Amino acid sequence: MTTSTGSKYGTGQRTVTVRVNGRDVTREVSTRTTLADFLRDDLDLVSVHLGCEHGVCGCCTILLDGHSVRSCLMLAVQADGHAVETVESLSGNPAELHPIQESFAEEQGLQCGFCTPAMVLRTKEIIETGRELTDAEVRHEISGILCRCTGYQNIVNAVQSASAKLRCGAAGAGCGAAATDDSTGGRH
Amino acid sequence: MKPPAFTYCDPDSVDEAVALKNEYGIDSLVLAGGQSLLPMLNIRLARPEALIDINRISDLQKIERWSDVLEIGAGVRQYQLEDHPLVQELVPLLPQAVKFIGHIENRHRGTVGGSIAHADSAAELPCTAVALDATLVVRGPSGSRTIAARDFFQGWMTTALEPEEVLVAVRYPVMPWTAGHGFVEVARREGDFALAGAAAVVNLGEDGRIASLAVSAASISDTPVRATAVEQALAGELPTKENIARAAKEIVPSVTSGDDMHATRAYRQHLATVVVQRAITAAVARAHERSNAQ
Repeated sequence: MTTSTGSKYGTGQRTVTVRVNGRDVTREVSTRTTLADFLRDDLDLVSVHLGCEHGVCGCCTILLDGHSVRSCLMLAVQADGHAVETVESLSGNPAELHPIQESFAEEQGLQCGFCTPAMVLRTKEIIETGRELTDAEVRHEISGILCRCTGYQNIVNAVQSASAKLRCGAAGAGCGAAATDDSTGGRH
Repeated sequence: MKPPAFTYCDPDSVDEAVALKNEYGIDSLVLAGGQSLLPMLNIRLARPEALIDINRISDLQKIERWSDVLEIGAGVRQYQLEDHPLVQELVPLLPQAVKFIGHIENRHRGTVGGSIAHADSAAELPCTAVALDATLVVRGPSGSRTIAARDFFQGWMTTALEPEEVLVAVRYPVMPWTAGHGFVEVARREGDFALAGAAAVVNLGEDGRIASLAVSAASISDTPVRATAVEQALAGELPTKENIARAAKEIVPSVTSGDDMHATRAYRQHLATVVVQRAITAAVARAHERSNAQ
């Protein structure tokens, strides 16, 4: 063990390579920059919203190697060598929305939109588990993200609607109508 | 709301992390999952000279069985305990308790060692470590030593870790297959810090009486509390509803938290009794299930 191990580390800049929305991005970052600030300020991914910056509101949620995490509670240097996904990866074109985005629009799962990118990414993660959830379970699964507008019910509806669409898409023809009716009917 | 400047160190071995800890001592903090430390840095409640990020140390990310002990590396993420087959089989209290930690977004990053070293008395992993008689493995410049969980938590967010030491693993005794466990928490909202929480592990004798019982409580004092008075009140007794309710009241003198914005002391005393009673009741039900399944 040496006593001067620290000398190779510093307070300044580091070069990081992060796979962001499917593309490798190499940048110099200050070691104290949070991942959220890096994504917003250096990469212009402004769907990453900063509400509280201490891990309470969940609006900065991104997918790190496929797992939802709060990007305000990570340093950008910690993402070096990892894959980050923001909502920009789904669709940047209002005319061609991803089925999850479509469902949020159809079900009015948003009002001001501040929590929406986080909710959409979390929805993607929930749907990818392949489990069919009850409304109560959906509420539990999205409880890490605060919405101050909707009262959550329309978000739950949007998650259920998107889940039905994508599950049926994966299963092929034939399951669409019934499942969609089940998951969206009777809640409006 | 931005962290102050620090020297960022990301060693890839425990030895190097310990050397850095030895070099910077009390002016350094270990960064594990960051779910408590990053908020403290962002709000500038913490201003370390050096941050020692242990996320690159693969030795800290193992889950292994050593005869009657399950050893979980300090860097294992909390969500990994939720459906890990070895953890579910050998220490089933842990997956149950871990689900109460914050939200899934926190558990995807938060680590086992981070929660224990942070030593929040409201936290689930310190509370379960005390109930399970876990042993903490720490490494310092002169080598490794072990500390019993009961001796590790010394005061409000204060542990037996020396400034130059790093927590490397937690050793959990394997629970007998017939043991029952329960973990109960009360919080105002889903994912909030618990107003009170309790863990219980029970073994029943062939006569149906309580052969052994371990109970601990969270968020009622500066540290997680081992509820020895509750355990003694039920030793050798039948686990009836009345006996459990009577014994649970023995937790009240251990509630040392004063009135705060979340609860009065009287309310916490009430909650402590309720969660202890529910945790023991759940543990007994599970023990019955297990013995019936044999």
